[in-house]
Amino acid sequence: MDMAKDLVAASATPLVLAILVEGDSYGYAIIKRVAELSGGHLQWTDGMLYPVLHRLERQGLVAAKWSASETGRRRKYYRITKEGRTQLAAQRQQWQVVDGTLRGIWMQACTA
Amino acid sequence: MTTFADQSLEQQIARWREYLRRRQAFHGSDIEELEGHLRDQLTALTEAGLAGEEAFLVAVRRMGSLDALSREFARAHSERLWKQLVIGHDAADESTQAGHTEMLIALGLAVAAALAIKVPALFGLQIDGGDQPFYLRNAGVFVLPLLTAYFIWKRGSGVAGALWLALPLAAGAVFANIYPFRANGDTERLTALHLPITLWLVVGLAYVRNRWFTDGGRMDFVRFSGELAIYYVLIALGGFVLIAFTVMLFASIGMKADWLIGRWLVPCGAAGAVIVGSWLVEAKQSVIENMAPVLTRLFTPLFTVLLLAFLSTLVWTGSPINVERQVLIGFDLLLALVVALVIYAASARDSQTPPDFFDRMQLLLVVSALAVDGVVLAAIAARISEFGFTPNRVAALGENLILLVNLAWTAWLYARFARHRGSFASLERWQVAYLPVYAVWAAIVVIAFPPVFGYR
Repeated sequence: MDMAKDLVAASATPLVLAILVEGDSYGYAIIKRVAELSGGHLQWTDGMLYPVLHRLERQGLVAAKWSASETGRRRKYYRITKEGRTQLAAQRQQWQVVDGTLRGIWMQACTA
Repeated sequence: MTTFADQSLEQQIARWREYLRRRQAFHGSDIEELEGHLRDQLTALTEAGLAGEEAFLVAVRRMGSLDALSREFARAHSERLWKQLVIGHDAADESTQAGHTEMLIALGLAVAAALAIKVPALFGLQIDGGDQPFYLRNAGVFVLPLLTAYFIWKRGSGVAGALWLALPLAAGAVFANIYPFRANGDTERLTALHLPITLWLVVGLAYVRNRWFTDGGRMDFVRFSGELAIYYVLIALGGFVLIAFTVMLFASIGMKADWLIGRWLVPCGAAGAVIVGSWLVEAKQSVIENMAPVLTRLFTPLFTVLLLAFLSTLVWTGSPINVERQVLIGFDLLLALVVALVIYAASARDSQTPPDFFDRMQLLLVVSALAVDGVVLAAIAARISEFGFTPNRVAALGENLILLVNLAWTAWLYARFARHRGSFASLERWQVAYLPVYAVWAAIVVIAFPPVFGYR
């Protein structure tokens, strides 16, 4: 399924933040987790995740730290901050409103 | 993130990293992060059974196009392009150390230039007193050796190269000072004007190192000179603001800051700014679009219109050109400006592309400049007997001739190019080959004119 670009972009922030709530992670693992969660329906261009992560870092929603990975190379790990959690909660409410509204109208269409 | 046993795969990764590094939007740590991702992806793909080559293609495809990626990075880090202007490199970049050293050396040389201009004051020569001509004659001698030293260091030219360049610089210092110039004489003023032009060629030799005849080294130097001029004007504007505030602040407590400005701020600032400006041009290379070609595009049509308007008015009214003292020099400057417009348009042009509207505009500009100059020369030739030969007039006439020859041949090459008979590259070659002519003429003015005209 081809997702609309705008929708992918809009969902990126809550998705990344929600995945980081599960635990600290790094770019490649986040993308794998997204694919896993969406059953492969949400396909990001891999590189595009990094500008998103850097923007979140600048906004203070996530914090980053370079540390050694299991293979010996340095890897940049991201951690959600308190502001990030607050932002995620706010976004969650917004998405629920959208989701609820759409659900309402589509249920009506089904029963009508 | 493993290192792959597959050598060709490692090479491909290295090449990909190089592509990223060439983009200004990525910094060292971004590249490391993206490379880590690529390696993770490659590991997963090879474990899934793909061969090295295939795995690499898939992984790079998934990473997305570099254009789109660098655009997104630039958007997420819009401050970077500006920061690079001054800082030079990323904090996490491995070349930081080199950039830092360069900044220290450049600032050190700038301070040295500012101090060098104050050395004669130790021997009682004051810049705002009767010794002003001394300072004007030696302006290039104070600063340009230090600029040359900067490029010798930067290009790693070595001791032998440095000595060869020191020779003409020393000769410049000698010729600026051995002649018994008459006070307020023309020859002294001519030396002050022409010596920097000659010494600028030495700076150029240091700048290009051994690329003078190859790889567009001379064109790079032309580009550098134009950018430096623009930076210098910008720094000077800042300097004026500084001076205005200095005056205002000290005036508010009833003190006159004239000596501070005249003896320290202006001379030291003017000297140091040459080095700082050069360093900025070097540091920001390729980060933003060069300014000189942009200005050229802007002003070529305007100057063409001006010259055509002047010519048609001349023909319409038939009023004779008033050949006064300053007129010849004014027309020299006009020709020099037209040559500069041609050179800087050429410096930014891809010599492969066919002639377009702008090229015809340039041809028109060159031809109208030639026509204007022809009229002026005719007017002067008609009255030359009344003038007699003064050093000023001979120098100005010589320069006029040099520029006229350049522009005439330029017009010929341009016309051939516009009619698809010749290549643009030949025009570019002509312009850079002509560069030493200016320096040689300036050297003749400095060395031969004072004795020939009796130091008057």
